[in-house]
Amino acid sequence: MKLDRRQVLGLTAGAAVLAVSGIKVNPADAATDETKKKIMEFTGGKEPASGKIALKTPEIAENGNTVPVSVSVESAMSGDDLVQSVMILADGNPRPDVATFHFTELSGEASATTRMRLAKTQNVIAVAKMKDGSVYSDTKQVKVTIGGCGG
Amino acid sequence: MAKAKPRVKVPKSASAGEVITIKTLISHKMESGQRKDKAGKVIPRKIINKFTCEFNGTKVFECDIDPAISANPYLEFTAKVAEAGEFKFTWVDDDGSVYETSKKIEVK
Repeated sequence: MKLDRRQVLGLTAGAAVLAVSGIKVNPADAATDETKKKIMEFTGGKEPASGKIALKTPEIAENGNTVPVSVSVESAMSGDDLVQSVMILADGNPRPDVATFHFTELSGEASATTRMRLAKTQNVIAVAKMKDGSVYSDTKQVKVTIGGCGG
Repeated sequence: MAKAKPRVKVPKSASAGEVITIKTLISHKMESGQRKDKAGKVIPRKIINKFTCEFNGTKVFECDIDPAISANPYLEFTAKVAEAGEFKFTWVDDDGSVYETSKKIEVK
């Protein structure tokens, strides 16, 4: 049987996917623990509640090099009802930190958009810290077709 | 590498108290420190690690950036405009260089 270029590429890609999913189970678990640790550091040991914060990511990212991510938090952005910071984490990346946004009263709204790199299919987590000390989080899974952290 | 070039989009004018959206983009490779070159050596990390936006000297928005942010980092955020003035945008590179730009806004 003679394989053309397309078939060869398809086979290699398939083999690569198998190899990656088969072997790299442990690092993923480790990253999740690290992510939990990061969240605890950020919140000062508080378990985040759900609600108030909305994280928007694509369900499927074809290119892990630039994945749009939006986050917005319900808040009046004045007085005590103020969002101080929002941290974004990707638990399957070599390092889970993505970015931390810091808002002020002048922000008007607690919302921001950026583009991030994702190494593989994983959960993206956003954690918001309010001025009154409460903490909220939201999680979205993003399926990544081509990873974006380099070789 | 070519010098990082910041680009910012701010509306020319707004009504007092309006919440406007600001979009920023800066050309930068954002070398993550995870990649290896052909010889298998790790390419050292070089990213923009901090972004700040000030309005007439008061901080509006700040962002700590980690290597997981894409090349040519794009940031979109909001600001409440109470008076006419100037937005100042600052990006800080790992190597200590600072890229700055500013935009004026009028209040109708």
